Amino acid sequence: MAVEEGLKSELQKQGVFVTTMNDLYNWGRRSSIWPLQFGLACCAIEMIATACAKYDIARFGAELFRPSPRQADLMIVAGTVTKKMAPMVVRLYNQMPEPKYVISMGACAISGGPFRDGYNVLKGIDRYIPVDVHIPGCPPRPEALLDGLIKLQKKIDGQKFGGMDGYQAEKKCEYPVPEYGKKGLEPTYNKETFMPRMDWPEKNTKENLRMPQYKPVPPTPKPPATP
Amino acid sequence: MSESALHPVETQLLEVSIGPQHPSTHGVFRMNVVLDGETIVKLKPVMGYLHRNHEQLAENMSYLGSMPYTDRLDYICSMTNNFAYALAVEKLSGIDVPERAQYIRVLMAELTRLVNHTLLIGFLLNDLGAFFTPVLYAFREREKILDLFEAVAGSRMMCNYFRFGGVKADLPAGAMDKVKEIVNNYPRFLDEFERLLTGNEILRSRCQNVGILSKELAVNASITGPMLRAAGVNYDIRKVDKYGIYDRFEFKVPLGNVGDVYDRYYVRILEMRETIKILHQILKQMPEKGEIISAKGATAAKSPRMWKPSAGDAYGRIEAPKGELGFYLVSDGSPKPYRYHVRPPSFINLTILEDMCLGRKVADAIIILGSVDIVLGEVDR
Amino acid sequence: MNAEEIKSDLVKNIPGLELQSEGESLIVPKEKLLQVACFLKENEKYRMDYVSCVTGVDYLGKGYLESVNHLYSMEKKQGPVVLKVRVPRDNPRLPSLVPLYRGAEYQERESYDLLGIVYEGHPDLRRILMWDEFEGHPLRKDFVQEDQDIR
Repeated sequence: MAVEEGLKSELQKQGVFVTTMNDLYNWGRRSSIWPLQFGLACCAIEMIATACAKYDIARFGAELFRPSPRQADLMIVAGTVTKKMAPMVVRLYNQMPEPKYVISMGACAISGGPFRDGYNVLKGIDRYIPVDVHIPGCPPRPEALLDGLIKLQKKIDGQKFGGMDGYQAEKKCEYPVPEYGKKGLEPTYNKETFMPRMDWPEKNTKENLRMPQYKPVPPTPKPPATP
Repeated sequence: MSESALHPVETQLLEVSIGPQHPSTHGVFRMNVVLDGETIVKLKPVMGYLHRNHEQLAENMSYLGSMPYTDRLDYICSMTNNFAYALAVEKLSGIDVPERAQYIRVLMAELTRLVNHTLLIGFLLNDLGAFFTPVLYAFREREKILDLFEAVAGSRMMCNYFRFGGVKADLPAGAMDKVKEIVNNYPRFLDEFERLLTGNEILRSRCQNVGILSKELAVNASITGPMLRAAGVNYDIRKVDKYGIYDRFEFKVPLGNVGDVYDRYYVRILEMRETIKILHQILKQMPEKGEIISAKGATAAKSPRMWKPSAGDAYGRIEAPKGELGFYLVSDGSPKPYRYHVRPPSFINLTILEDMCLGRKVADAIIILGSVDIVLGEVDR
Repeated sequence: MNAEEIKSDLVKNIPGLELQSEGESLIVPKEKLLQVACFLKENEKYRMDYVSCVTGVDYLGKGYLESVNHLYSMEKKQGPVVLKVRVPRDNPRLPSLVPLYRGAEYQERESYDLLGIVYEGHPDLRRILMWDEFEGHPLRKDFVQEDQDIR
């Protein structure tokens, strides 16, 4: 249960700080997130620029980029994920210890980006692993990455732990790794994390691969004008 | 595995895959090495982890529509990629470029060369083990140049600034003062870097006589760029083809004598000093006012989906900071290219990676890869 | 470097050679490719010791695949000489330039991977950009991609 603000400030003047165990635990965790050193393409250069002196990420606690997934708790997928690389990304995600978070940085990691219509590009990494924060941009500015990190910190602040069984119960520890097939990956997407939109046509033919024909959505009825 | 007084100890070779996720492979690049102890016996590079089908996308878009995609090829030097593509299309369709636009183009290309070589030295030292301090120095200088790119082109990295027949927009007020400031302060930064690095014992003992490349092998294996010049071959496309207005500037081409990693590092420092000389000459010679795009280029830019070049093929190449970047275009007279091929320098410079690394240790292989200067967006396209 | 001048030099020095020239490029029959490249590399006037670009083009309408080579000279700082070889689409085999120019190694592998042109004499011809189990050659004009969104 939360502590009343008036009481808090009175006690603070006396030098006594009061908080809940949940808040303290989350504050410790979100102020020292260690990202995995994992950049795929152009967004990786902006990620490195965020870690450098001008847009310092160290002031948010995330300065220590770990080379090994076993020691990291945040994976920033920065850059285009291709079908050849996707099994490695899922394997790395499986190797990270819980609690783990994923930031999808840049248009390519969110949905394929400008390279969407290709035979080797995966249309977004959330087809295989669950993503917490999406940062749009091509490439997003370092300030945008910092904004995304702050949103992730707010999300961590709101997490509640009610015993170790209930902790992050909606996410699984490991997700199945896709395999190389004849024309793409098998399976093409993981049903637990992603579902294609319901208004896309049943089969994308070569003609409408680039511009899919959406079924027209009926217009929302306007409210009657008040006299 | 038997061990007796008559027979030596039997060992087995170990096969290790370095990458694709590794702190020092400069991106998603994988090397399958076979090791005997710590010595490399065989090395096979595996690429394609960033193959974004750039060439197939260009066949479905207009010529100008591929210009933003060329930014993402060598994502550290986006202006020079645009330059090479604009040159190829101008060769194909016979568009000329006015005077002031030529100067602006060369200015942007040379500033990009400074960015690239600074970043390379930062990352090479990162590979050597000086974790992240040289990268901080390098990125500090890069930010100053990126501020200028943002003022001129609107974006820090993916500039999309060049058009066929000129550039997109004129330089804003105050840009030339900023260039003057950069050019006056850069030699001081280079002196600071050199004081810390060039005579450094650790750098010398780890980089000298490591990864030696001979002249004949370099020419036969189509190596271009600073790697070729460090091996001792005098071939710089700015002097050979004289594209743009490079014949109006006086600059030397630094050459190395041994062809090892230390030479490649030092050739790049000397090239940065020559670039600063070119920038001084640009500041003196550039006309104050002028057109920034020619008439033919303006029509191409106004309706890009309907502009048709003449049928035929053309190959345009420039001296990018990493080597020779070329674009081969085949046109059948329609608004979309029939075939669009990029000749990437990083991809072809990797041909002799195995030759340079045989017999050396794993730690040497990492810095040899660092000195080849690859960027995966270009290797895989 | 005029295409007509190169053509007359080549026809004079290599017996049994018939060349056509198209624009600035020369169309070489595939049996004589190695001889032509060897001549251009060794001859004192040309010394084309550097192959800059090896690529392929798919002409679906005309029924052939074309392999294009751009040769330059680092010693004499001249060039380019453009050699084109045409092979039929159902049996695209032609000799590889790797014994002469090591720089063609990765570019020919990429041309095989994306277009399906088979280079005979290449030391290690396998896919380089796509994974090994992939079927098909993506840059051909009649290649159909998979559909990632089937429910």
